[in-house]
Amino acid sequence: MPKVPIQLVLNGEERAEFVDSGATLLKVIRDKLGDTSPKGGCHQGTCGACSVEIDGELKLSCLVLAETCGGADVSTVSSLSSDGVLHPLQRAFMENFAAQCGFCTPGMIMAAKSLLDRIPDPTRDDVIEAISGNICRCTGYEPIIQAILTAARANSLTAA
Amino acid sequence: MKLEKNYFADVRNDDLTEIGQARPRSDVPGHVSGKTVYFADRHIPGTLHLKMVRSPHHHARIRSIDLSDAERHPGVARILTAKDVPQNLYTILILIQVGPEDEYVLAQDKVRWKGEAVVAVLADSERAAAEAAAKVKVDYEVLPAVLDMEEALKPGAPTVNELHPGNYYLYDSGDHRKVRFGDAEKGLVEADFVLEQTYRSSPIEHAPTETTGCLVVPEGNDRFTCYTNTQAMFFTLDNASIILQMPGHKLHMVGGTVGGGFGGKVDVTVEPVAILAAKLTGRPVSFIYSREEEMQISSPRAAETITLKDGVMKDGRIVARKVTGYTDAGAYSRHSPYGAQKGAAHYPGPYTIPNVWIDTYCVYTNRTPSSAMRGFGVTIADFALEVQMDKLARLIGMDPLEFRFINAYRDGDMKAHRQPTEGAALIECMQEASRLADWPVAERFMKMSSYKQEA
Repeated sequence: MPKVPIQLVLNGEERAEFVDSGATLLKVIRDKLGDTSPKGGCHQGTCGACSVEIDGELKLSCLVLAETCGGADVSTVSSLSSDGVLHPLQRAFMENFAAQCGFCTPGMIMAAKSLLDRIPDPTRDDVIEAISGNICRCTGYEPIIQAILTAARANSLTAA
Repeated sequence: MKLEKNYFADVRNDDLTEIGQARPRSDVPGHVSGKTVYFADRHIPGTLHLKMVRSPHHHARIRSIDLSDAERHPGVARILTAKDVPQNLYTILILIQVGPEDEYVLAQDKVRWKGEAVVAVLADSERAAAEAAAKVKVDYEVLPAVLDMEEALKPGAPTVNELHPGNYYLYDSGDHRKVRFGDAEKGLVEADFVLEQTYRSSPIEHAPTETTGCLVVPEGNDRFTCYTNTQAMFFTLDNASIILQMPGHKLHMVGGTVGGGFGGKVDVTVEPVAILAAKLTGRPVSFIYSREEEMQISSPRAAETITLKDGVMKDGRIVARKVTGYTDAGAYSRHSPYGAQKGAAHYPGPYTIPNVWIDTYCVYTNRTPSSAMRGFGVTIADFALEVQMDKLARLIGMDPLEFRFINAYRDGDMKAHRQPTEGAALIECMQEASRLADWPVAERFMKMSSYKQEA
């Protein structure tokens, strides 16, 4: 299978790799670039577990061809914490019991981050809309909604 | 979280240090940071990908299998059929003497459900494996299928599984599990009212976000490391050992965090064939269900049909209950004979009924094998029982919650399977539910106790 060279930024770091033509960004991030935080739950764009940001926009990495990402700035949930300090969303997910098996969590947090970047003070309906593409089979969603609203409130307190 | 201390106040000691406290999950820092390792978070160079060729028919005889085109497909390393499996016939619960072995790792002579594993194709890439799998030619003679439990139990119905003549599981008690307590027929005759209702449920898929799968690495010391998301590590280890005719010390099973199971990952469907493939090729093997396979192939909660016939008095006492329950195992046993048996023990519900008659059947049909799922054998029973309780309360013009207080079992009551009740707390739970739901009941029910009978 022909290999395609790509260069991109992953979580703030310049990376270069030869990838299979037709390989998804999800597969390349996980298998080639060594960040296994995005998960493959369906590989058909229905579960949201593979959600990442590409140039600041929320995307399903299982539906993006890696070879189209040359020069892109890609972030996963791994970019949110540094030196062991968690992002307010990560803390809120912990404190609100918003993660059980954890498989949907990286994608769910990326969807939530994308929301708070756009709307720092979301309504409950905004939150529900923002995570409508992310399937969670453990929590029943309510603790996740509460976690995102809690993180938004904490952010606005910090900003005030 | 609030711990209610007014219940059982005179028998409790309040030296609890953990119960009632909110504690963070130990694994949650890994979940929110993306550092938790799931079985598939390992990239093993040189891995072969296993693609299963599955039956397109509910029931068919396999006339022949032609692998010639598939074997020539670029990237194919090996193709496995039934004859490659050392002990092809197995059943999971043989480990606890629930036999007979009734299922094939890879189909042999016949397929009994749409989706049954027939041929395993191993190739360098997922794509090559899928393309080669499409070139496997299986010549089927389609047989009449039976997809309904009551049809399956009729004389002359197609035999789903020759190891289960009559299409039912043969317990040591016969073609069904039974509970006999008091005289249900007499109780029904003497009751003020009798209500008979039939409840039916469909199969339910667990749909975990992480699909079923495993990665197998043949090690230099002639052992095999199997990274798996099984919920049943020792069932998997021991069944793999039996199927592969390989001593357990050669199998190093590595579990870990499971991305959602709900009972859907207790079957042993991927590990034995993946370990066999690693053994025969000497290469690492990945066998991970696609989303479609997870939804269509992994075993669901069993469909059930439950007929409840209850006799009730005007004062609210249930005096007799007669139950016939059917559990649809699909084509093979897996955990369903156990589920149907659990149902038999459960049907009186948490209620004290003096006359009980229960028969539960585990039935074979040409449907996807069913297996464990959160409270299997009792969850659907509870659905039927509690809907029936509401209907009985309506029948005698009584409040449905008060009706449950009258019948709730309490310490010392004899259950239908002759275990005296101990440690009951249903009365207190309903009292708290009554308060929380603002569903008031008469004062005498609020004064009841599970462990103190009133004078």
